[in-house]
Amino acid sequence: MQLDLSFVDKLGRVVLNFFRATGKLGIFCGQTVYHCVTPPFYLKAVLAQMIEIGFYSLPVVALTTLFSGMVIALQTYEAVSQFSAEGAVAMVVRVAVIRELAPVMAGLMVAGRIGAAMAAEIGTMRVTEQIDALSTLSTNPFKYLIAPRVLAGVVMLPILVLIGDVIGICGGYMIGVYKLDFNATTYLTNTWTYLKPMDIISSMTKAGVFGFIITLLGCYNGFQSQGGAQGVGRATTNAVVSSSILILIFNYILTEMLFNA
Amino acid sequence: MKTQKETVSPKIRMTDVCKAFGNKKVLNHLNLDVYPGESLVVIGGSGTGKSVTIKCILGLLEPESGRVEIDGKNVLELSGKEREKVLSQFGMLFQNAALFDSLSVWENVAFSLIQNQHMNKAEARKIAIKKLAQVGLKSDVADVYPADLSGGMRKRVGLARAIATNPAVIFFDEPTTGLDPIMSDVINDLIKDTVKNLGATALTITHDMNSARKIADRIAMLYEGKIIWVGTVDELDKTTNPYVRQFVAGSAKGPIQMEVKVEK
Repeated sequence: MQLDLSFVDKLGRVVLNFFRATGKLGIFCGQTVYHCVTPPFYLKAVLAQMIEIGFYSLPVVALTTLFSGMVIALQTYEAVSQFSAEGAVAMVVRVAVIRELAPVMAGLMVAGRIGAAMAAEIGTMRVTEQIDALSTLSTNPFKYLIAPRVLAGVVMLPILVLIGDVIGICGGYMIGVYKLDFNATTYLTNTWTYLKPMDIISSMTKAGVFGFIITLLGCYNGFQSQGGAQGVGRATTNAVVSSSILILIFNYILTEMLFNA
Repeated sequence: MKTQKETVSPKIRMTDVCKAFGNKKVLNHLNLDVYPGESLVVIGGSGTGKSVTIKCILGLLEPESGRVEIDGKNVLELSGKEREKVLSQFGMLFQNAALFDSLSVWENVAFSLIQNQHMNKAEARKIAIKKLAQVGLKSDVADVYPADLSGGMRKRVGLARAIATNPAVIFFDEPTTGLDPIMSDVINDLIKDTVKNLGATALTITHDMNSARKIADRIAMLYEGKIIWVGTVDELDKTTNPYVRQFVAGSAKGPIQMEVKVEK
């Protein structure tokens, strides 16, 4: 009797490819961190990326967090009104927006906007030999292209999320006060009184990690792209999909670490 | 022809260099010497490893084995900073110029002056405009972006960028590909004059025989990952090597068989 080993063969290939890809990403990540903390630093490039990531992403982050806060207020009221617990609305909005919605929504929006743009830009530079040209001009592509983007992402995502936290709370406040007729002072008191430092710390920690994930994967996928326009398109898709998935996975891991440890 | 081979040590020496991509051996124990001040042109068909040869010298690709020596130092064994120092004496003109889209023409030319030599922008711009003039471009293109340039102008800007720091070695990757015959001749003249004026060593890869004849002091032919013939332009016309004769004649008949995949 002859054993059919084709399945084992395929499984082996999948496992090997997984470890190869993970190893490549790990090495890329290590090189990125090394070049982020060692001179020379291209401060103008960092500043340009901070404006691109922070300033130009602000409208989309503001809109998503505003409506998320409004929806959470409505749904919470719908759920708790039968128990006469309207006071819980402000607290639920605070917890949901600051701890979860603002970092995750901002992360996903920035992944779509910035991660895709980075992968496309660096991917195009790769397939048109501009990255090779950088090396021949004695400029390390990691220092000039990757490190400024990652540094800007890690710095700007927390700032964006902080603004998103405030706007999300405002969204809940608008619904609570203007639609559900809550007392404005009571709503704000319920929000501020129970606001814990850990809420802000977790929000900022998540934002920083998400900023790192988005920029790292945007740059990585662009850097590895090959095969012309099709390769750049594939890199862009991979950057958005992989960073979105990792944001959701790391959101759970960080929540476990920060609140259940 | 340079007659210094016996007495002068090579500027670039590649010894037994092997490079493969998957199962495909691109460079197969390649040996090549480029002497100081000479212009060596490597000819060969598409996919024979010409670009890989240059990329191995520039450190853009890592060979599996062999030595790549610059001024007697094996660059493959040098640490990052030492290697960067050796490689900083190189200039490179890429096949499609590889200009940075996000920078204007003068910023492209002055890139290395500003980023590595920390020259102030006004001074770097002056040098960039001077280099642009050397390749026949007026100062009014300085503020234009690469996307607005024609193919020939892009090549000229690429050449200006390659010579901006007065490099000791300049590499040319298919310098006339995609250009009309007249513009090709203009670029060939520019390359010849620039290399001569700088006193630089030049390594060009091309399959354009007109270009090779015009630029080269010596010509080397690459086939199946090895240098199979080296000689002067005069020797090229007299050689009995059947591979070289077929390539120079541009004939489909001969020992070089092109792989043509036919869909069934």
